[in-house]
Amino acid sequence: MHIPDGFLDTATSVAGWVISAGGVAVAVRQVNKTLNERDVPLLGVSAAFIFAAQMMNFTIAGGTSGHLLGGALAAILLGPWAGTLVITCVLAVQALLFQDGGLLALGANILNMALLGVWSGWLTYAGFRRLLGEKSWAVFLRGFAAGWVSVVLAALLAAVELGLSGASPWGVVVPAMGGVHALIGIGEGLITVAVLAFLRATRPDLLTLHGSASKA
Amino acid sequence: MKKRWWIVGLLIALLITLFSPLASPHPDGLERVAEDQGFIDRAQDAPYQLIPDYVFPGVANEAVATIVAGLVGTLLTFGVGYGLAWVLRRRAGTAG
Repeated sequence: MHIPDGFLDTATSVAGWVISAGGVAVAVRQVNKTLNERDVPLLGVSAAFIFAAQMMNFTIAGGTSGHLLGGALAAILLGPWAGTLVITCVLAVQALLFQDGGLLALGANILNMALLGVWSGWLTYAGFRRLLGEKSWAVFLRGFAAGWVSVVLAALLAAVELGLSGASPWGVVVPAMGGVHALIGIGEGLITVAVLAFLRATRPDLLTLHGSASKA
Repeated sequence: MKKRWWIVGLLIALLITLFSPLASPHPDGLERVAEDQGFIDRAQDAPYQLIPDYVFPGVANEAVATIVAGLVGTLLTFGVGYGLAWVLRRRAGTAG
């Protein structure tokens, strides 16, 4: 979902930068207040894992692939503010070192994935806690839903940006992006659950740092 | 190992990159939509090229070049994330 340069017009790129810069600045302030010792390497490992996992594109249908976004996972492990920073780090390395995603478009990409992706995943995961609880199956269901929602909403916002930029009419690009990412979101949900299951079995304490605690 | 539990996580991430040549070569969702809807040609190259397409330059075998790119990126991203968190932790000042 990394938008290259050229897809977005200047106004949309600038708006993406302004909003995402603001959001990341708030995230930095919030993380500064609440970060604890264990979060430091966890943030690094989460970013590294998500970077690596994003290289593993999986085929979904008819010559299209998807890959992990990781925003929901980062939010579940570290809370949404640190989650924003994790995905921002990944996106920045990808754009600056690997030319994956444009430089002008990096602001919009951060907005879509590090802000909307992370937060929609977090709100889905946290939002279903009351209804579903904390048993294993519930955590996995909430994680799957969080992963799916994060990908679909990030894709829809990207589609809106593409429409605003005149790359494609909204009536075409929004359903197209939404449709293909509804499929990719299934992969995201499954990978999210797999990681949560692995951590639940090996390091359940890492899942209770933020996911089940009441502090955001 | 308890003190450095995160090394296991980092090793898992590095292990994943060893499989990166096996990743699906198909265009991702956005690229596919751009191709189908005819705006893929709007894409512009970056003003510079370092490790484009996740293929480390100067390595003859493309699979190996992909793995090298993945290892470099994974380690660098770990460093950036860890470093950022470390800076923010230090500036917090109070116990977590």
